[in-house]
Amino acid sequence: MINPGLSSLFIFLVFVASLLAVEAKKAFRAVLFMSLAGLLTAVIFVLWKAPDVAMTEAAIGAGFTTFLFLMALNRIRGKEK
Amino acid sequence: MKKVIALLLFLGLLFFLGTGLEQGLKLGDRNTLAGKAGEAYLKRTVNSADPSASPSQVEYGSETDIEENAANTLTAVVVGYRSFDTLGEVTVLFLAATGVMALFFASGKKKRLALAKPNFILSVSSGFLLPLIILFGAYVFTHGHLTPGGGFQGGTIIAAAVLLLYMAGNAYKAPATGLKVLEGFSGAGYLLIGLAGLLLTGFFLNNFLPSGKMGALFSAGVIPVVYILIGLKVSAELSGIVSDYMGED
Repeated sequence: MINPGLSSLFIFLVFVASLLAVEAKKAFRAVLFMSLAGLLTAVIFVLWKAPDVAMTEAAIGAGFTTFLFLMALNRIRGKEK
Repeated sequence: MKKVIALLLFLGLLFFLGTGLEQGLKLGDRNTLAGKAGEAYLKRTVNSADPSASPSQVEYGSETDIEENAANTLTAVVVGYRSFDTLGEVTVLFLAATGVMALFFASGKKKRLALAKPNFILSVSSGFLLPLIILFGAYVFTHGHLTPGGGFQGGTIIAAAVLLLYMAGNAYKAPATGLKVLEGFSGAGYLLIGLAGLLLTGFFLNNFLPSGKMGALFSAGVIPVVYILIGLKVSAELSGIVSDYMGED
């Protein structure tokens, strides 16, 4: 059975992580908080009995996007120097 | 002020979403499963037959013809009923990867990203983690019709293995031409399967293979073939993006 309290808790955590990502002063931290939000979203999908979507979210939302952002950040910094 | 308004809007949305989860606090009464068309299809169980309810008289491992026999309902929808949408999705991913490639190509040859020297643990453990990750990715996309997962998920996992190779060994370079050939051939294979369905059954992307027993590896007709092709295509595309970002040497 879906536990409403537990998924509400994770929705709140995603909210907090997204807020931190938006308000972060450093781009690096913003990317990491975005990754955290993606990972917590994957947990919500597992709680809502959607493991297919959860796998996609964990692999792309939390893993691959973070990598792309970090590499792009690395490239931009290399150019600024 | 702007932030307060945004916060209030977000909390309102959160409340809206949250109330949908509570039992008996549904937003309208239309989201009951009984009111939906595919109830019999959605309610099937993969554990045992439940003779009391006629819609769920489906037995794992013995059923031979229930809607092309994919044990994972979501895959049956994504690659069975809505295979044309999935073809569009694959095309979107292909266009995105082409865009990334074009951007990198236009800006000239890139030097390889100067990453920090990988530490001992990473470079040693990547040696035996790599085959396991690739095996898991292949498992996810070959068993897409049986267990959660599928071509997109498995492909991303394999691309993560390529990323691990880049992170662990500074000398590694992905075979860019081979990846493009693999991507092109698997994308064309998907289209060819669709055309074969059109020729043999009269409908584009329709199933034309025997559907076998539900729960067996060789079941669900054309679905595992399509998902293996999608898995190869997605893994080649995402690995190509990784190697584009990492730059040439």
